Amino acid sequence: MSTPPNDSTPALFPLGQDGILIRCGDGFAAAPDAAQTLANRVRAADLAGVTEIATSLASVFIRFAPGVVTRAALSDRLRALAADPVTRQNKALRRWTIPASFGGDSGPQLAEAAALAGLSTADAVAEVTGVDLSVLAIGFAPGQPYLGHLGPGWDMPRQQNLSPHVPAGALVVALRQMVLFANASPTGWRWIGTCAFAPFQPDRATPFALRAGDLIRFTATDPDTIDRLRDQPDGLGGAACEGLA
Amino acid sequence: MTALLHVLRAGPLSTVQDQGRPGRIGDGLSPGGAMDRLALLEAAALLGLEGVGETIEMAGMGGRFRSDAPLRFALTGARMDARIDGVALRWNATHCLRPGEVLDIRGTLAGNYGYMTPAAGILTDPVLDSRAAHLSVGLGRRLQDGDQLPLGHDPDPDRAPCALDVTDRLSGGLLRLMPGPQTDMFTADARTRFAETMFTRAARSSRTGTPLDHDGAHFAPRTTTSPVSDFITAGDVQITGDGRPFIMMAECQTVGGYPRIGTIITDDLPRAVQAAAGAALRFAWITSAQADAENMSQTAQLRALAPRVQPLLRDPADIPDLLSYQLIGGATAGHDPENDP
Repeated sequence: MSTPPNDSTPALFPLGQDGILIRCGDGFAAAPDAAQTLANRVRAADLAGVTEIATSLASVFIRFAPGVVTRAALSDRLRALAADPVTRQNKALRRWTIPASFGGDSGPQLAEAAALAGLSTADAVAEVTGVDLSVLAIGFAPGQPYLGHLGPGWDMPRQQNLSPHVPAGALVVALRQMVLFANASPTGWRWIGTCAFAPFQPDRATPFALRAGDLIRFTATDPDTIDRLRDQPDGLGGAACEGLA
Repeated sequence: MTALLHVLRAGPLSTVQDQGRPGRIGDGLSPGGAMDRLALLEAAALLGLEGVGETIEMAGMGGRFRSDAPLRFALTGARMDARIDGVALRWNATHCLRPGEVLDIRGTLAGNYGYMTPAAGILTDPVLDSRAAHLSVGLGRRLQDGDQLPLGHDPDPDRAPCALDVTDRLSGGLLRLMPGPQTDMFTADARTRFAETMFTRAARSSRTGTPLDHDGAHFAPRTTTSPVSDFITAGDVQITGDGRPFIMMAECQTVGGYPRIGTIITDDLPRAVQAAAGAALRFAWITSAQADAENMSQTAQLRALAPRVQPLLRDPADIPDLLSYQLIGGATAGHDPENDP
């Protein structure tokens, strides 16, 4: 195996006996547009033997049926598809508006995060709710979105120590990204807000609500409203979804 | 009327499993499913099924079961103390549980995850195309005392009882490791040392993963910069912040930021799954091409298992005596009051 190149040529790696991972970039920086562009290209190519295509923050995973196509043959096809360096800003197809409450019991580390971003808490909330965030990737837990990017001031590291518990619906921040937790979890990111949106609900018509590339706009509301929105049977917590034709 | 499998008593970590939910890694859902996939294939081969069905996975401790209708089933995976109305049952074999009888599966004798697979299948309501409990994401749940599981239709109810000659995978051993996307984050020296180190399975283990212990220096990646979170697959050997290896299992998360030194090949993962706490495990590097050459489709695996399935001889002068003789060591011969429902 060679050292991953530093240029933008995606490198291919094995990931298990039936998987190929195409890395976009150097593996140390998020490159969701490149990953989604390449994944769309692989989907469009409709290659024989490909059984699964998924994107993460900086890679595309392709699972294949070794009885239908060999790793070598599929890798050649994928390299050809990845050789075209054009990475366009993918046009989002949907925008979600999701109510959230910030600070206080809904986001005990808002003040700390705002201070690291050099902002007042009011300005921090204004920044978080004033921008369309993109779903950079879905992962870690079912339906759970990595959102970004916030402004450069939000490029704060993870905490030194894990917070032992944030609840489902917690909005946490680090590295100019936010994560909306699908389940209660420990986290190294700072907890700034809470929403009633369940990214995954198995009995819902669409169990996984979000797709990579969706846009998300948070709107600030109060904790009581969030509590009430939690009772909605669709688990969407008052979120609205509009198509962007 | 649907026949029911009555769970009179459930072990603390017994779940319905199948092959899980592959194909949803992009939605953040790891496949889950039975921890020891080979045990599912062995059950299918033993029962003469065309494909892999549902099973009851029992971690460490079994349970007690009763069936409304004659129930043909296979016992595979971790060896457990199993009896029907006090008569000991051979492991890696099929048996029949008749109405009124009680199947009592106790603790493991070797390995971690035992499987009781009804030939008729278990027809609980599927969620996202699978009946498998995926505990780490809250899909399904552990079996509880009093659960009633609907059974399907046995395609071959008169098939003779069978046994399978199984190569031992319950006591640790060698795990073949193929390179993955972050293997290069470790120096050649570290990779060599990794394959020369004797590991033991740590005590804490779950369907999410298994930590390993070892003496000597830790396995730190060559840079302290964290890579961006990237895809994980079952069998990946993650090196956590403290430099210890952690084998990712069926219910692992779909992405993670800790580097993974390599991936255990599918054939060898059951050996890692079944290694008891303290069992010795060692790694051997193989190339991606060598790993791919070992990869068999499920159909091919079932075909390879079929000739190793032999009819279980029921010579009244021999086998049953032998089987019940093994019970004499216990205080109760024949009737165990605990067996009463």
